[in-house]
Amino acid sequence: MTVESTAARKPRRSSGTKRAAGAASARKTAAATAQPHDAEPQLVQLLTPEGERVDAGDHPDVAEFAHFVADITTEDLRGLYRDMVLTRRFDGEATALQRQGELGLWASLLGQEAAQIGSGRALRDDDYVFPTYREHGVAWCRGVDPTNLLGMFRGVNHGGWDPTTNNFHLYTIVIGSQTLHATGYAMGVAKDGADSAVIAYFGDGASSQGDVMEAFNFAAVYNSPVVFFCQNNQWAISEPTERQMRVPLYQRAQGFGFPGIRVDGNDVLACLAVTRWALDRARRGEGPTLVEAFTYRMGAHTTSDDPTKYRRDEETAAWEAKDPILRLKAHLLASGGADEAFFAELEAESETLGKRVREVVRSMPDPDTMAIFENVYADGHALVDEERAQFAAYLASFEGGE
Amino acid sequence: MAIEKMSIAKALNESLRKAMETDPKVLIMGEDVGKLGGVFRITDGLQKDFGEERVIDTPLAESGIVGTAIGLALRGYRPVVEIQFDGFVFPAYDQIVTQLAKMHARALGKIKLPVVIRIPYAGGIGAVEHHSESPEALFAHVPGLKVVSPSNASDAYWMLQQAILSDDPVIFFEPKRRYWDKGEVDVDAIPGELHKARVTRSGTDLTLAAYGPMVKVCMEAAAAAAEEGKSVEVVDLRSMSPVDFDGLQASVERTRRLVVVHEAPVFLGVGAEIAARITERCFYHLEAPVLRVGGFHAPYPPARLEDEYLPGLDRVLDAVDRSLAY
Repeated sequence: MTVESTAARKPRRSSGTKRAAGAASARKTAAATAQPHDAEPQLVQLLTPEGERVDAGDHPDVAEFAHFVADITTEDLRGLYRDMVLTRRFDGEATALQRQGELGLWASLLGQEAAQIGSGRALRDDDYVFPTYREHGVAWCRGVDPTNLLGMFRGVNHGGWDPTTNNFHLYTIVIGSQTLHATGYAMGVAKDGADSAVIAYFGDGASSQGDVMEAFNFAAVYNSPVVFFCQNNQWAISEPTERQMRVPLYQRAQGFGFPGIRVDGNDVLACLAVTRWALDRARRGEGPTLVEAFTYRMGAHTTSDDPTKYRRDEETAAWEAKDPILRLKAHLLASGGADEAFFAELEAESETLGKRVREVVRSMPDPDTMAIFENVYADGHALVDEERAQFAAYLASFEGGE
Repeated sequence: MAIEKMSIAKALNESLRKAMETDPKVLIMGEDVGKLGGVFRITDGLQKDFGEERVIDTPLAESGIVGTAIGLALRGYRPVVEIQFDGFVFPAYDQIVTQLAKMHARALGKIKLPVVIRIPYAGGIGAVEHHSESPEALFAHVPGLKVVSPSNASDAYWMLQQAILSDDPVIFFEPKRRYWDKGEVDVDAIPGELHKARVTRSGTDLTLAAYGPMVKVCMEAAAAAAEEGKSVEVVDLRSMSPVDFDGLQASVERTRRLVVVHEAPVFLGVGAEIAARITERCFYHLEAPVLRVGGFHAPYPPARLEDEYLPGLDRVLDAVDRSLAY
């Protein structure tokens, strides 16, 4: 197992020699471009798809990252497993609720549980998260009640939680916009002299957006404490990664002057380790990092999408064999880290969660009509006041109106 | 009372300085705003006095500037962003419209976005393409934004203070060809209401409504009309979102005629909205339809044609005559 990105390792060995690292990276990028596209680079993996721990003794590069999860106990592993199972259950429940007409849309995270739980559990409370609209697992880690995520998909609000309560920003639908917000927030963290870090989630499709490029550049120029966490789930609706980029995604960081690294996005332990490493760099004032979590969108883009139109069953089946939950279960079983009672208990807990989600969604009230006019401005606006009054009078003019 | 005579540019500079002295969370961001003091020198000397941490030279990327300003605002800062020229704001338009304008509402009021975006705008300085435009209607059309433009040094001074104090995003259009016009500024005066129009000249026969660079043209037109025995009132709107329709209505009810003047194209411009609303509010008072004077539905012309393109004294007076002829 090797870490392909020289930039990923160089700054740690020679901090303060960013220029030299950049020069080395440039050569590496050129070499990578010349590679045939099917020669995918290696990625950081600590747990194989079969559930076996990668032996750090055989792989010095793995040892560097294994160090970041050396404190993880068997109980912690069970906790990560529980997080992934409950997140998947919640996600499946939401998909079902959409099919039943309770939600207008759902963007499933199926298959991306390890990337989200691994990175989400690497964060501290004082860190700040800028998600896309699919970060249900990260929201779970931040303590956002999963039922709060459903409001916008039911159409009762555009985001039902206070971002400042859990340092978890609202879901952002415009692709890539939030990477700039994360960078600006991180610039503020640095100005405050705090050692918090910021993490921006985005996808392979977003990496084509100018805003993401600008975020990379601003973060590099100001050496901001931000981790760019890209879940490369191979598909941007119907477009494969070949339509987004001609070099492996993590290598883009090199051109901006900061390290990029590819991690097995279906390996929760590796995602935890690599994110901790990247967050540590941010806290130490070493600037941004790009983490590419190599994973797979096992479901559709959203409930409105039909992946059978554009991707092969064989591909999906191959990725199912690398399922993030199955591999940790295999590991826990083989290592005696969990017994049948644990799995049974968790199944019961999943059932309870599913039931609660269903009940909360079905009883979620529609907002008051006049909420249209609320919070348009913080300091008020004469036109909004005028239109609110006119509309209220209009509504009251109907029979039975107030 | 400390009354000083200064240019609009200097008034804006002093205003920024005062805001930064008053609130350590106020930041300035933009291209060349540091050592150079901005291409119009509005931020001159501020980096020297407040440091690079507060007066930030940014990469040349407008979306990045506004996007990171949003993040800084979420962290508790009050960024004042400078867009170098009107025609360069559009890379940031997405961040302004889809993010900045909506975020307070999306968060059900839980977060605030006190971001000011300063834009030197409008023509009359003989510039090359993209340096003379008036895109204010494109921002006034967006719920969640406030849009203002001062016409004189005194207003420039206190309106920028008020914009920075606002918890809402404010697009602050600066009439660049008036930057060097001088006026008296009372730096200790209590600021007025940011979105309140002001009658800058009283009259009885017709109201001219304008903002930013066109207020001066309207004042000159009113003076010329007076020589012909026509009494023209001038209203400086100051704010394009919200528009002070109450103040304007009061004027039109007195004069019974209204001409709206702006440099921006007339079609779907701020004047179109004013014409519709004032017609609705003052239908029985009006002696003539509300007329508009402004730019044409054509790209801003090369500099050698801008004197003809821009509404000047005669075009304003022509509209005054047409209105009075009804």
